[in-house]
Amino acid sequence: MTTLPQTTEKKLGLVIDLDTCVGCHACVVSCKGWNTENYGAPLSDMDPYGADPVGTFLNRVHTYEVTPDDGASAFAVHMPKSCLHCEDAPCVTVCPTGASYKRTEDGIVLVNEQDCIGCGLCAWACPYGAREMDALAGVMKKCTLCVDRIYNDTLPEEDRVPACVRTCPAGARHFGDLGDDSSAVSKLVSERDGIDLMPEQGTKPVNKYLPPRLRDALPAAAAPMPTDPETQGLDGFLGWIDRTLERF
Amino acid sequence: MHPAPSIIAFTTLSGMGLGLLVFLGLGITAPTGLAAFLWFGLGYGLTIAGLAASAFHLGHPERALKAFTQWRSSWLSREAVLATAALVIMAPHAAGSVFWNMPLAGFGLIGGVLSLMTILATAMIYAQLRTVPRWHHWTTPAVFLLAGLTGGALLAGQPLIGQLLLAWLAVALALHWMLGDRQFALTGSTLGTATGLGARGRVRQLEPPHSGQNYLMREMIHVVGRKHALKLRVLALLGAAIVPSLLLWLMPFSVFALSAAAILHLMGMLASRWLFFAQAEHVVGLYYGQR
Repeated sequence: MTTLPQTTEKKLGLVIDLDTCVGCHACVVSCKGWNTENYGAPLSDMDPYGADPVGTFLNRVHTYEVTPDDGASAFAVHMPKSCLHCEDAPCVTVCPTGASYKRTEDGIVLVNEQDCIGCGLCAWACPYGAREMDALAGVMKKCTLCVDRIYNDTLPEEDRVPACVRTCPAGARHFGDLGDDSSAVSKLVSERDGIDLMPEQGTKPVNKYLPPRLRDALPAAAAPMPTDPETQGLDGFLGWIDRTLERF
Repeated sequence: MHPAPSIIAFTTLSGMGLGLLVFLGLGITAPTGLAAFLWFGLGYGLTIAGLAASAFHLGHPERALKAFTQWRSSWLSREAVLATAALVIMAPHAAGSVFWNMPLAGFGLIGGVLSLMTILATAMIYAQLRTVPRWHHWTTPAVFLLAGLTGGALLAGQPLIGQLLLAWLAVALALHWMLGDRQFALTGSTLGTATGLGARGRVRQLEPPHSGQNYLMREMIHVVGRKHALKLRVLALLGAAIVPSLLLWLMPFSVFALSAAAILHLMGMLASRWLFFAQAEHVVGLYYGQR
């Protein structure tokens, strides 16, 4: 059903630390790998070795540069972006077939690929570019929060997190219940003032981003070096050398 | 947004066909016999051709029947339901007019109202999207409704109503373009809000996620259309409204003038519909440092 649930029992989602992410794209690769080999239609590539390769990805890493207005030094931010599993997900309500839905038990937004007609309207409705139509399968693909890992009893317990979280070498990605104020992810969000992307779109994203911590400003420019080295008042061995050489 | 020919054909042709069915259904034009066959045939033909064209852009057209299920929440589903209901309920009225010289006004009335509601549902598919600020505006349903009714009036041989609607259509198109130009800025969305880093300073793209294209960029970021926007607006306005209006004014009761006006109007609307898509900017472009 493409109406949204009033509330969900949990709000599973990701918290991504923009201060820690090093932009290595490992999460992009592990996401593509897991979601090609497991649940649903594989994430296809078209013309992968040709001149114009394109492919379906559920997670992409953008890199931005921020230049503070107060003269502090500019810095780069790597921003991994995937589905934010919004509470008020516009992609769900536009779906004509009921293929898109938000689960009441954990808030994950999923696509039932057997019902998807590939009209593409949900991708248009998403402000974040989280949904991509697979060119080969003709159905809409999106982040499932690795729903086939997180509840999977056949995996060792440490692997029961989304593939992107498991693989991140920097520890920049955190997974948990953002509806539970006592969870580790909720605490991170409150400690670090986690932010919503494009809040003006009214989507109420579950995933949060931790903004980079404030940095030191560059020290004020040092006094310029004198062009002629000043040796006045130099004593000891160096003073003796200075005075001796001066005589020639 | 990517101007897919199938969607441009769909919205333009089915809009015009449904507009004609409004006039035939409400009995404003009430033909019988062979004339009714041709007129209803044109209305049904344009509508069905448009709907068929829309199926071409689906990834899985064989599952299209599933699109009738979510009318409670989805405008696209409502459109499918309304279009089918309009065509089915109009059928006894059309058959009565063609074969028994006996229009069934009740069926016609409901069918006509449903046809009008279908045009509105088509418009709302686009107008509901907050992500495309140019579309998320009351002028979108205004243009779709007036375009459908104007095309319908010209095809139904109603020069006086047509003349009135052509003027309103010109105003609606101009408003849609002029107010639409400000819509993106009014949302307040920038790369700063998109990344949440705007409070920290000026944000610009340093490196895109990949060196090639992707589905999102092909679908949502379309720059070519904006280059010639002004020329196309003038051509669209001349074709869709101004020249047909002059033709009707010069030769109000000539079949030739009506046909020429209808064809010109269709050409103008196709150009304007192409612009409707090609000029619309999706907020996701911000993430790619583009609009």
